[in-house]
Amino acid sequence: MEAVDGNAIGGLLHEVFGTEMTDAASVCGSCGAARPVAELAVYLRAPGTVVRCRSCDSVLMVFVTIHDRTCVDLLGLAVLG
Amino acid sequence: MAGTALRRRLTWQVAKVSAVIVETSSVRTLTLDVPDWPGHQAGQHLDIRLTDEDGYVAERSYSIASAPGEPLAITVERLDDGEVSPYLTDELRTGDDLELRGPIGGYFVWEPENGGPLLLLAGGSGIVPLRSILRHRERTGSTVPVRLLYSSRTLNDVIYRAEFDQPASGVEVIYTLTRSQPPDWSGYARRADAALLAEVAWPATAMPLAYVCGPTSFVEAVSQALVQSGYPPERVKTERFGATGGT
Amino acid sequence: MSPASRGFHRRRQDPAENAGRVPPGQYLTKDFPVLSAGPTPHTVLDQWTFSIGRRGQQKTWSWAEFRALPTQDVTVDIHCVTKWSKLDTAWQGVSVDTLLDLAGHDGPYAMAHCDGGYTTNVPVADLTGGKAWVAYAYAGQPLAPEHGGPARLLVPHLYFWKSAKWVRSLELRDTNDPGFWENYGYHIYGDPWREQRYAGD
Repeated sequence: MEAVDGNAIGGLLHEVFGTEMTDAASVCGSCGAARPVAELAVYLRAPGTVVRCRSCDSVLMVFVTIHDRTCVDLLGLAVLG
Repeated sequence: MAGTALRRRLTWQVAKVSAVIVETSSVRTLTLDVPDWPGHQAGQHLDIRLTDEDGYVAERSYSIASAPGEPLAITVERLDDGEVSPYLTDELRTGDDLELRGPIGGYFVWEPENGGPLLLLAGGSGIVPLRSILRHRERTGSTVPVRLLYSSRTLNDVIYRAEFDQPASGVEVIYTLTRSQPPDWSGYARRADAALLAEVAWPATAMPLAYVCGPTSFVEAVSQALVQSGYPPERVKTERFGATGGT
Repeated sequence: MSPASRGFHRRRQDPAENAGRVPPGQYLTKDFPVLSAGPTPHTVLDQWTFSIGRRGQQKTWSWAEFRALPTQDVTVDIHCVTKWSKLDTAWQGVSVDTLLDLAGHDGPYAMAHCDGGYTTNVPVADLTGGKAWVAYAYAGQPLAPEHGGPARLLVPHLYFWKSAKWVRSLELRDTNDPGFWENYGYHIYGDPWREQRYAGD
């Protein structure tokens, strides 16, 4: 399954962060690569949504929605926004 | 108005389908009536949510096909094994409700003040947000020069063909037909590669702004070729629809 | 709940003949959806190894050694937590019972480690007694990379996120530590017949 990109989760990000996020800056906590969120690699429709660095594949963000509550893990990011 | 659209809370609302337009054998444009629509920017998209009687929910994103100021419309390609797209293209009728939220997206957008020259690169249904950009350019009277490279399987699969066969002043449209071509075809007949782009793209020295949209493999190949030809990465905006364009 | 979209239904359930084989909340599919949390790894076979045992005491096989082990052909039903089920899937692989016997270890719990970093936890009691395999072929063909090839864990009586793709080791532990999805709220055990999708179900 090929990855899409951060554009595909624009609605999810807006819902979680309360604002438009696709043009926000991101920096990978593993390799330091800097990109707009829109250009990150996004894996949809697994049991959750996984966002990875396009340079080193490290997991940057994980979103899991269970019973209408969304859990967000941003531990892979050094910078967001 | 554009700034308001970005800062507004994003909530689900129910729209009414006001028209269904047949674009190609597998593509429909749905015009939508949304109460309190805040407006949008060219390049943005909507999230659509379908609910069945058991409460099962399916959500997908679709790019907005209309320019700001035009009646809101999305264009959907039916994917044979899709869960949502066949419903939108084959079942939905004028007068039906459709739950949506939007507009979404602040990265893959174009305003006249962003300038150009513009290089728009569409793979299949990736043409949709680029068509919004083109219509916005025309409605605002912008004279930014545009080249559109549109990769499609066949000429019959080209969406908005009537518009592109008569492009606005300053817009050049180049097709490449990857699966089959009409007998008298003298245009490109292969997947967009570095050599094709070298012939079609604005040179990097012109400081162009590129928007690439379509399946992931198309976007990867084209954006990498542009960057290798000297386009700064921040001047190449990308939107990937995934291998099958988003079911 | 949002109002129903007129005329929309998810993929249809097959008729009653299969009713006893489809866990609650699932629908049948004829295709084999590919769901992934990351890019497909492409491990070269002559660098591939599989290990089992406690950390630091694992028994390891190369691909050639692994393929020389006794294998089984099994046909099983599989159930994904994203609600699709597929009946009568045919696999070929090495039983985890065989691997544990050869490793000479035990332990109450196992953590599967995979290329790409994915992990999932399974009690050893659910990997033994003919309930689990390390599978390298599907439908008579070598397992495709997008479906977990060269080899994946196959534990069909649990939700399919436990059947870890690209598995490289089963690490035996004394504690039932949560793996990747379990950490984010998916059920620690995952029995589809009790619809144990999420923690607390």
